Amino acid sequence: MSDLSGQIAVVTGASRGIGRAIAESLTAQGATVIGTATSDQGAAAISEYLADQGKGFRLNVNEAGAIEAFIAEVQQEFGTIDILVNNAGITRDNLLMRMKDDEWDDVIQTNLTAVFKLSKAVMRGMMKKRQGRIVNIGSVVGTTGNPGQANYCAAKAGLIGFTKALAKEIASRGVTVNAVAPGFIDTDMTKTLTDDQKAQIFGTIPAARLGKPEEIAAAVSFLVSSGAAYVTGETIHVNGGMNMV
Amino acid sequence: MSTIEERVKKIIIEQLGVKEEEVKLEASFENDLGADSLDTVELVMALEEEFETEIPDEEAEKIRTVQAAIDYVTNHSAD
Repeated sequence: MSDLSGQIAVVTGASRGIGRAIAESLTAQGATVIGTATSDQGAAAISEYLADQGKGFRLNVNEAGAIEAFIAEVQQEFGTIDILVNNAGITRDNLLMRMKDDEWDDVIQTNLTAVFKLSKAVMRGMMKKRQGRIVNIGSVVGTTGNPGQANYCAAKAGLIGFTKALAKEIASRGVTVNAVAPGFIDTDMTKTLTDDQKAQIFGTIPAARLGKPEEIAAAVSFLVSSGAAYVTGETIHVNGGMNMV
Repeated sequence: MSTIEERVKKIIIEQLGVKEEEVKLEASFENDLGADSLDTVELVMALEEEFETEIPDEEAEKIRTVQAAIDYVTNHSAD
């Protein structure tokens, strides 16, 4: 664990699951955390668990202008953002032959376009400060593919390319951009899997269990630490050996 | 109150880490002052902040020399 005292971190999709574990781990290291959720209820829940170490905000990344307004508000209230964790993500699974345009568009918008907009919005502050950390949460399926998730896999693979390109653009300014690609983690997103699906998945995971959200947060903690200043454009795979890149 | 020319030169000196005597009016940011593409983007951002204006991308592309920066600000600033 490193010391993040005085640093301002934004974590999207922080009301539960991996995002919440990341937010809690960053506050445990001293950072002030701004967590986002899509509902007022979710934002209130975030404010509650962050207590005096941060605040929850409602953010619908698909509303025009919402991201820019959100970042401006955070910077006004808390100061320059040091750490951005792009964690918010959705799934709209369907076999490609049946996938509707809006299922494709929603996933690309939320999981990929929002990452572009958020990263762009924090960039000026980080470049001026000559310091910053962006961590994008990807997925093992962005590398392996997964039937029924062409939209999600495309967005998560796109995220890795985005991470590498931006990392090259701004490495000289002391800002690092990395990704963490979780395998199957025990969250609401994977709770919808049937027992049959789980049994099948466990057969492909050498560690023979689901991962914990805290195990993703630990990888994020490393990437935002001062010790990771020379790591950029990298994807850390945290998947119990399910896929070794 | 400093003149626009002085303020623009000051920003260039700060952003590009160059010496005052290098910042000649005809000096090109990329060819003479060692700026890379990211430096020029940052320079434009700094000009926007100093002079409280927004410089559109197609205009920003034309700001390649010290004189061009001064001219742009002179023609577009309120004060």
